[in-house]
Amino acid sequence: MAEHYKPQKYKAWELTLEERFREYYPPLSEREATTEANRCLYCYDAPCMVACPTHIDIPTFIRKIATGNVKGSAKTILESNLMGATCSRVCPVEELCEGACVLRADQKPIMIGRLQRYAMDYADEHKIKFFQPGKPNSRKVAIVGAGPAGLSCAGELAKLGFAVTCFERKEWAGGLDTYGIVVFREPVEVSLAEVKMIEELGVQINTKTTVGKDIQFEEILADYDAVFIGVGLGEVPDMEIPGEHLEGVFDGLEFIEETKTRPLNQIQFGRRVCVIGAGNTAIDCATIARRLGAERVMMVYRRSEAEMPAYHFEYEFALKEGVSFMFLTQPIEVLGADGKVDGLKCLRMDLGQPDASGRRTPVPIPDSDFIIHCDMVIKAIGQKKPIDVLNKLAEYGVKNQKGYIVVDSETKRTDHQKIFAGGDCIRSKGEASTVMAVQDGKIAAKAIYKQLVGEPVPQGVAQSASQRK
Amino acid sequence: MANLEINFCGIKSPNPFWLASAPPTNSAYQVQKAFEQGWGGAVWKTIGAPVLNVCNRYGTIDYKGSKIIGLNNVELISDRPLAVNLKEIRETKKNFPKHAVIVSVMVESTKEAWQEIVKQVEDTGADGLELNFGCPHGMSERGMGSAMGQVPEYTCMVTEWVMDVATTPVIVKLTPNVTDIVQPARAAINGRASALSLINTINSIMGVDLDTFEISPNVGGKGGHGGYAGPAVKPIALHLLSAVASDPEVQKARVPISGIGGIETWRDALEFMLLGATSVQVCTAVMHWGFRIVEDMIEGLSNWMDEKGFSSVDQFIGKSVPRISTFGDFDLGFQTVARIDHSKCIQCNLCYIACNDAAHQCIDLHDLKVTDKPTDRLWPTVREEDCVGCDLCSKVCPVDDCISMVEITTGRPHVTWNELVKDKPEVLEWGKMEAYRKEANIHIH
Repeated sequence: MAEHYKPQKYKAWELTLEERFREYYPPLSEREATTEANRCLYCYDAPCMVACPTHIDIPTFIRKIATGNVKGSAKTILESNLMGATCSRVCPVEELCEGACVLRADQKPIMIGRLQRYAMDYADEHKIKFFQPGKPNSRKVAIVGAGPAGLSCAGELAKLGFAVTCFERKEWAGGLDTYGIVVFREPVEVSLAEVKMIEELGVQINTKTTVGKDIQFEEILADYDAVFIGVGLGEVPDMEIPGEHLEGVFDGLEFIEETKTRPLNQIQFGRRVCVIGAGNTAIDCATIARRLGAERVMMVYRRSEAEMPAYHFEYEFALKEGVSFMFLTQPIEVLGADGKVDGLKCLRMDLGQPDASGRRTPVPIPDSDFIIHCDMVIKAIGQKKPIDVLNKLAEYGVKNQKGYIVVDSETKRTDHQKIFAGGDCIRSKGEASTVMAVQDGKIAAKAIYKQLVGEPVPQGVAQSASQRK
Repeated sequence: MANLEINFCGIKSPNPFWLASAPPTNSAYQVQKAFEQGWGGAVWKTIGAPVLNVCNRYGTIDYKGSKIIGLNNVELISDRPLAVNLKEIRETKKNFPKHAVIVSVMVESTKEAWQEIVKQVEDTGADGLELNFGCPHGMSERGMGSAMGQVPEYTCMVTEWVMDVATTPVIVKLTPNVTDIVQPARAAINGRASALSLINTINSIMGVDLDTFEISPNVGGKGGHGGYAGPAVKPIALHLLSAVASDPEVQKARVPISGIGGIETWRDALEFMLLGATSVQVCTAVMHWGFRIVEDMIEGLSNWMDEKGFSSVDQFIGKSVPRISTFGDFDLGFQTVARIDHSKCIQCNLCYIACNDAAHQCIDLHDLKVTDKPTDRLWPTVREEDCVGCDLCSKVCPVDDCISMVEITTGRPHVTWNELVKDKPEVLEWGKMEAYRKEANIHIH
């Protein structure tokens, strides 16, 4: 909690590198938080709460901030969402809770995300432990992939008395919360503190353990009463254009990961950077490049502004950061000299007929090719599907559709009785985000409890969402 | 611009805005600065008996981010030497001959002491005196302040002592810390007071510190009751003003009243004036923001008068007094129901939960399909046949003019309770009351 309110001031050239990578939004001071909390109408059956995928009782947690019961506020949040600290920073609140706030019509919506962060920061600073492991019920559950879906599932199960083991291929758990969120949105410590909270519930997290290599899936399936798959998606796929393996071409997710795991002054960046793609990850890459010190950052996207998948507030943020956008521009070749990137050859595009997704198809304009001079190219055009995992699961009858695991929406169970899944690896439609992954984990935990214990989860514990409807 | 001048039992003032006897009127420097900024008059901080003050002197109530909606104090009357005060009063009146300079006084309860202080004050050229019979802390324990004002006989006696020698108008300031404020008001009139002012501060303890268990205001670890003032006390002050202003004996005496209690804007001032105050006195708002607030008070009052077609304040002072009534004279046949304007409703459902938990369970949540937009959110709707017209829903609604109370005709007789029990005394028994309700088309579920 900030002791004093310090107004946001950002002139990149006046800040050090470290300062530029501090959390973009300063924490709310106690006075700011209570003033904002008091602005909340405390709606009955509030729409913000309905809009939250994890159905946090938002009016209640906000009221508790207003009364000075910040500890109780944090508990209210975590009871619905164990990743409350991450979600308070990374949730697309404009699209979810704040977008549903009844005050949006004629005033400003309540800053729900920042208030949630205030309560989460308080709990962290005061090192409050809210939950205890449940009474052991002698059942074991394995979690493959310790990202937000897996950790949420693991935590809820541990609270219910299950012995839970996570298998995580990376060095740290937390998935994209740890590695994939730009550091000025969420410092890595926040995600790691959530991992620690889950471990303190008795969850065993085996990091640097790749299933299929360090341990076989067969073994896991045999040893555990249920398995939850939360492996997410893979690396950024190839663009399939000449020159993309030149020195100076980067995978967007790896680029973000570097800023989370290495000292900032050791990160390589170009003076003139082209980012390919226009999703939220692409925006993150572009803004990081700017904050590292790139003079010119251009986002290259083959469709137009209207089709770009990034949230609008992310687009606005990038514009404010001085990122320029080249719409209707299709990269066709990465150019190099001495094995290093020195340009990106592109074609100008036009919009044609709508495609299957309903978006108008970009059509190349003949002989319109031109070169953007640059010394770094970052590709952020989506993520590969986890083919190895899908193939292995297929051996057990688990189906996938276009690379996304097919699950029952009520239980997150796959076609195999013991195998459940959640998070980005099942999210075939719409935007995937941490909060949805957390809810998947919760729903799966509840279903696993019911399946293994034979009765519904007692009220008040790991409550699901849609109970309300 | 409308004429804002007032004549308060002979005391003339360029406008009705006076500073109340309090810390802002402690010195010539302050009072003259206030006059320069537009205040029409000032009641000098009470002079008289020798005192010693303590620290800390104030406690406040903050509400949802707003500071000082209530202020309490344990400061005493002026602790500056009497001679200095008298000299400064003289200087102030000389420099501002057209402004009202009134001096609040309080001395020990002897005829000689009171008559001596009156002479000393009048010698300064001040326009009048205010007798402080209201200070609820410190002085009352010494037999002064509210100890006087809480006993009508004492109020009358001291007022008489003062009036025997006074040549300028004398205002008696009443304490609200009594069961019926009309009694001391009448006592002051019986003592021949020229005018009344009310209210003084209300007995209060502002709070308890949950970490140290100390009381606010905290005087070295101890605390006690102090005088409560500020916006939070306005409704209490308005009520006490209305009780005094509508009292037949007070009306007969035709003494002007100076209204005090939580006034911080021209709007507040107008409410006091509509309930019978000729001048208004301000303290807490000035303690919070300084003298400069008077500019808006003057301008706001003037604009309002222009808009309403009033050219002088006499035209509206007391205009709402005839509306002061009592429950027994209210029309039992006046019926309203709540109606929600769904084009304004933001679906916070506060009306629903208030009606359901705390009123009469006549708001339901329905899918009204009032917009084309598919929404799973239900709309609050009033079951008018069950609505008792209590008005809670419109009071909790955060949107202006979304819920309105609409007058309806139900065939209920337009009769008052007093008329009813005179005409049908039998309704004072439940059985007969139920029969009457049936007859009068009154259904209570």
